[in-house]
Amino acid sequence: MTSSRESAVSGNAETVAWSSQEGAAALAAPDFAEKRRAFDGRILLGFLLPIAIALLWEAAVYFGLSQGRLIPPPSRILATLEALAKTGELWAHSWMTLWRVLTGFAIGAVAGIVLGTLSGSSRTIRQFLDPTLQALRAIPSIAWVPLFILWLGIFEASKVALIAVGVFFPVYLGIAGAILSLDRKLVEVGHVFRLSRLQLARRILLPAVLPEAVIALRSGLGLGFMFVVAAEFMGASEGLGYLLVDGQQMGKPDQIVAAIIAFALLGKIADSLLVVASMPLVRWQDTVRERL
Amino acid sequence: MLSLKHLSKTYADGTRALSDITLTVHEGEIVALIGGSGCGKTTLLRLIAGLDRESAGRIRLDGEVLSGPHPAVGIVFQEPRLLPWLTVFENIAFGLDGVSAAEKNARVSHALEKIGLSEHANRWPRDLSGGQQQRVSIARAFVTNPKVLLLDEPFSALDAFTRASLHEHLLGLWEETRPTVVLVTHDVQEAVTLADRAVVMQPKPGRIFDELPLTLARPRDRTGLPFESSVRRILTALDHSLKAPQEQPQRERDRQAAALWW
Ligand SMILES: Nc1ncnc2c1ncn2[C@@H]1O[C@H](COP(=O)(O)OP(=O)(O)O)[C@@H](O)[C@H]1O
Ligand SMILES: [Mg+2]
Repeated sequence: MTSSRESAVSGNAETVAWSSQEGAAALAAPDFAEKRRAFDGRILLGFLLPIAIALLWEAAVYFGLSQGRLIPPPSRILATLEALAKTGELWAHSWMTLWRVLTGFAIGAVAGIVLGTLSGSSRTIRQFLDPTLQALRAIPSIAWVPLFILWLGIFEASKVALIAVGVFFPVYLGIAGAILSLDRKLVEVGHVFRLSRLQLARRILLPAVLPEAVIALRSGLGLGFMFVVAAEFMGASEGLGYLLVDGQQMGKPDQIVAAIIAFALLGKIADSLLVVASMPLVRWQDTVRERL
Repeated sequence: MLSLKHLSKTYADGTRALSDITLTVHEGEIVALIGGSGCGKTTLLRLIAGLDRESAGRIRLDGEVLSGPHPAVGIVFQEPRLLPWLTVFENIAFGLDGVSAAEKNARVSHALEKIGLSEHANRWPRDLSGGQQQRVSIARAFVTNPKVLLLDEPFSALDAFTRASLHEHLLGLWEETRPTVVLVTHDVQEAVTLADRAVVMQPKPGRIFDELPLTLARPRDRTGLPFESSVRRILTALDHSLKAPQEQPQRERDRQAAALWW
């Protein structure tokens, strides 16, 4: 496409062609806005199926086709959520879960960034460190639980440790991989302008690695939420995971579903916050993301 | 004055990329390096730019031995190599780190104007065409006012129309500070359009086969007879360089005499 545009213009005609192209773009702007609105409408399409299923189920229970004992109708789930919110339990449990995830995430992410950077930028360190870490990665993280409990007790420390381990590996792999795949040609541009090692890291390495680092952090955060459930399954008296276990033991499926919904919302919000926070840093990639 | 003395480069794998290159480029001169692929043209530029170390020989700029990247030496690579996270403006300003903001602004704006991309100052490189990107990369090299500018087939990936317009942009920028230019190309027309001298290279190991002065008046008329005959002379030299690798080149003086007679 570029080449056909290039070949269509030459010499002085070039500037003219560009300005007219921009004119065309300006004229096309409202059109684009319209497309966006149409696009928004299409997003709503995705809500159709779950809403339809919810309504059907609601109706089935309402008309007595099902008791809705094991699969509670949406109205009952909402009522449970509301009750939990009113008593303040929902917030207390959510907050506890969030605290565990964020603490574990912070520890795992910092460790992952530091070791990933070391491993990515020095061949010697990589050869020294990476085999061990890859071997540890092969262990299913949940298998650490008994050890963590022995070492750190059954309270917060062992839970946070499990989450940190879960977060660590994707972050470590993502950061090391991003640095390893750094374009040598761009580094040479830095050499040509005689950047010091520090300047090179700040002006070329860091911005080049950021987009992949954000992706690594996001998958780390996702795993953090996965592992907090596991952690809270093994003896917690607070947290959304506890609500799940409690709902199972007390035979309250509506509470289980309510906790699941709370988990989903919490995870989505945390991920969105991470994306928003990183947006100004990877602004230059936005164009691509819009097109995707 | 840029002087290369008995320059050789053998890569770690034993490839003899350059052997005994001796070449002097005067201040403000534009020299075109011509030769097929694998002649060591890129290697030669990388040595001058300080991105690789020579195996033997010396590179001097105004008497100073060059070892490593030098502030007075700029390079434009075959591909634009713009930093995708910087805007067009910031990319051009990349090498102006120690310069005051006002001065930076003035220099970059002027360069943008020269390459005809003022309106695109705040766009991302990926939103530009290949030709526009290459212009930005040329501007990035020019704004630091290098004494020596190295260009490694900067236009080879572009179509003929774009190339012709880029030649004008390049000469426009060159006119201002008249840096010494070493231009690598495999396009004979391009060499005759831009250069004061063509240096024909030969592969395995890379060495200089012949030098031909191009003394046509500027601006050069690509349709004129002198242009044509210069192109033919270079093509003949290239032909010889490929056909008879051992043969001593017929010296340029003889040919010039012939040209005068003609
Ligand atoms: N980094 C390298 N390691 C080993 N050999 C190389 C390297 N770079 C180039 N060469 C070899 O050196 C020779 C000259 O290469 P190059 O300078 O790129 O030629 P040109 O730019 O004229 O096409 C080629 O034979 C090439 O394969
Ligand atoms: Mg080359």
